[in-house]
Amino acid sequence: MYEIRLHSRGGQGGVTAAKLMALASFRDGKYATAAPFYGAERRGAPIVSFIRIDDKPIKIYSQIHNPDLVVVLDPSILDLVNVFEGLKPDGKVLINAPGVPKQAEKYDVQHVDLTGIALKLNLVVAGSPILNTPVIGALAKMGLFSRESAAAAIQETFSDERNLDAALMAYEELV
Amino acid sequence: MLTLSTGNNAVAAAVRQANPAVVAAYPITPQTEIVEQIANYVTNGSLKSKYIPVESEHSAMAACIGASITGVRTFTATSSHGLLYMHEMVNWAAGARLPIVMANVNRALGPGWNVWAEHTDALQARDTGWLQVYVSTVQEAYDATLMAFRIAEDRRVYLPVMVNLDGFTLSHISQQLDESPVSDFIPPMILDHAISTDAPMGYGCMTSSADYFRIRYDIERSMRDSVQVIRETEDAFASKFGRKYSWTEDYRCDDAQVLILSMGTLGKEAEVAVDILRSEGIKAGSMRVRWIRPFPEPDLRDRELVVIDRNYSFGFGGILASSIRAKTGKECYNVIAGLGGQEVTFNDIAGFVRERRIGEESWFGVDA
Amino acid sequence: MSGTSASEYICKCTSACAGCSSSLILRHVLKAAGPDTVLVVPACCTSVLQGVWPNTSFNIPVYNVAFAAAAAVASGMAAAFETLGKNTNVIAYAGDGGTVDIGIQALSGALERETNFLYICYDNEAYGNTGMQRSGSTPLGARTTTTPGGKTHVKKDLDRIIAAHHLPYMATACSAYPQDLVKKVKKALSIKGPKFMHILAPCPPGWRYDASQTIEVGKMAVKTGIWAMYEREYDTLTLSGPTKAAMIKPAPLEDYLKMQGRFSGMSEEKVRMVQGEVERNLRLLKAEAEGTC
Repeated sequence: MYEIRLHSRGGQGGVTAAKLMALASFRDGKYATAAPFYGAERRGAPIVSFIRIDDKPIKIYSQIHNPDLVVVLDPSILDLVNVFEGLKPDGKVLINAPGVPKQAEKYDVQHVDLTGIALKLNLVVAGSPILNTPVIGALAKMGLFSRESAAAAIQETFSDERNLDAALMAYEELV
Repeated sequence: MLTLSTGNNAVAAAVRQANPAVVAAYPITPQTEIVEQIANYVTNGSLKSKYIPVESEHSAMAACIGASITGVRTFTATSSHGLLYMHEMVNWAAGARLPIVMANVNRALGPGWNVWAEHTDALQARDTGWLQVYVSTVQEAYDATLMAFRIAEDRRVYLPVMVNLDGFTLSHISQQLDESPVSDFIPPMILDHAISTDAPMGYGCMTSSADYFRIRYDIERSMRDSVQVIRETEDAFASKFGRKYSWTEDYRCDDAQVLILSMGTLGKEAEVAVDILRSEGIKAGSMRVRWIRPFPEPDLRDRELVVIDRNYSFGFGGILASSIRAKTGKECYNVIAGLGGQEVTFNDIAGFVRERRIGEESWFGVDA
Repeated sequence: MSGTSASEYICKCTSACAGCSSSLILRHVLKAAGPDTVLVVPACCTSVLQGVWPNTSFNIPVYNVAFAAAAAVASGMAAAFETLGKNTNVIAYAGDGGTVDIGIQALSGALERETNFLYICYDNEAYGNTGMQRSGSTPLGARTTTTPGGKTHVKKDLDRIIAAHHLPYMATACSAYPQDLVKKVKKALSIKGPKFMHILAPCPPGWRYDASQTIEVGKMAVKTGIWAMYEREYDTLTLSGPTKAAMIKPAPLEDYLKMQGRFSGMSEEKVRMVQGEVERNLRLLKAEAEGTC
């Protein structure tokens, strides 16, 4: 089983990103679950989602304490939450940032400027850049699921083609 | 077709298949998504129901009662405080022998405000005359909701059915869902005692003690008859859709020497614990109790029991453990765990089994 | 009575008190409504006077429901009849306690949702069924079993609360004026959407007057102006004849109060307060009817 913990802020689309990750894995023929952990449902608060991917049905509903992968949609959360807590020794990190933030330097970290991609494509809703579709492209590049399944998941969920464009851009730009 | 769905959306999808004439509901966290999705279906025309956006849960159940007595299919959904607020009408629905189906997204009761999973809400309604089933996956939420209509509307039953799913843990998780078309699995609803101006009758009038007593006994007789109806419905469902359900979901129970009994999603987590315990040489099995009303008579034999209660009856004990003790005379190790959404992992559950002290009660994480 | 059914929908075997005006009201309501009618009744005197199951003194279907639930049950029933393509009248028939107190939330919701039904509040100004406890509709100064020294609060202005829901039709009526009442019920039922009627129902044991006086007490309520009769269709208010007459030459309020034991020993100050309330209400209604407010 592969376990992912996703950190975001309320309103950034973290819950949808988690669902897209599960859906893309599901389209790869795997079993997958996406479980947002809700506190009060308000914008801006740090929230966390748990994604599990496996070859057999997943029976675990509890939180992920030792993730294989940590995804951070908002680097400012690094100052508030220890997003690396419990990360497996060989675990990976993906951060939405133009460079590697100092707190993440000692981990096996990759980064991509998802916010920049969203702004470039004017993929903005109610003033917030959309991060949940570009991050799927970056994760496909990391091998979490196939590029085709990532595209399928996005197209099943959104009709605006810029979402797929953003994902492909992130796929190319992942560092 | 296989899709990815939340538990809440699976319930709404099943309701769309069942196509009730009237849905009356009031939103409450974490049930809200069910109501929103049904409102979407009605707005986009994929569900032909009359959707009544009532001003309270009391009125939600009251409106379902008013609709149901005309002989049409009805549905509502609630959670926690909503269920308690409608409690008077919950009793009324069963007493009036109305086959209303309700999804209850199990959530803790205040104070303090807590929106996470706990079963005390629905278990407080266990003496109302409603049938109650507790599910553990998104697929089961869909399947149980479909079956609930057929069971409730069977004239041997004519009692309402409550489908319970754990708040957030199941209501908000995304899992795969096979959204099988229902076609003729649920026959058209026929209510023998439907209200009609062609045959005027008084309903719910003043009733003598002797008649009232007999009417109450009729409820219990139907509750007992529902055992057979549930069995038939679950068998018919299995032969049509290939997914088999029963009173309990048993995992590696055949040769087990110690059984973990639980309800809802904890029952799935317990299966993972069983595998861990087996690898350590402890012959464990998991028995997830699905139907709490009517209450099953589980095959417990001479095995040791570890009962996990995500609920509590103050001054008495865990409600599942107490029920098993009362029904079978068997003692158990009763662990109270997961109240208010307390995190309980498969490792924790394996720990309950290792530390079991039959005859005792333990509050997980509190009195260790 | 002209324009009503010759059939009787309430048989002579009800268990109502002698001189009960609420059963008289219901008799006229059902004659006006006809046989394709379902009655929804919350806990109130009407739940009792049907008799004991399996017998019933009514020959239209009656759905008895919990105290707070009448308007919501009627909502569900009206929606279901619509899906079945039936035009059956859904009439909720509730007392004042079930309307102004415990049932007001469900009533407000049903009206706001434009439920196609007629809600009738028959007002005997207390919880009569349980032996006359105070309700929000009990008038200032009236003795009840829970206001043994006379009520210290004024009667809740239910009609202006209902009017705020901006209904296609609402009306007030009184058991002592059956022709006016029947006309209003028929008009209400001819309109699709939410309709409301508030009907004064004098109660001999509760108000403490002789059962033979039940019509006289009702008439005096209207003549003194303490009970005003009118119709309101959205923003248009039309005063009913007897109330217009009362506005020109009202009978003395004391004559009404003196007829009833429940007002015995009422202080002059309270009488003056009630008089003030009556005058204020009539002034507002008159101004509204004349379009000058």
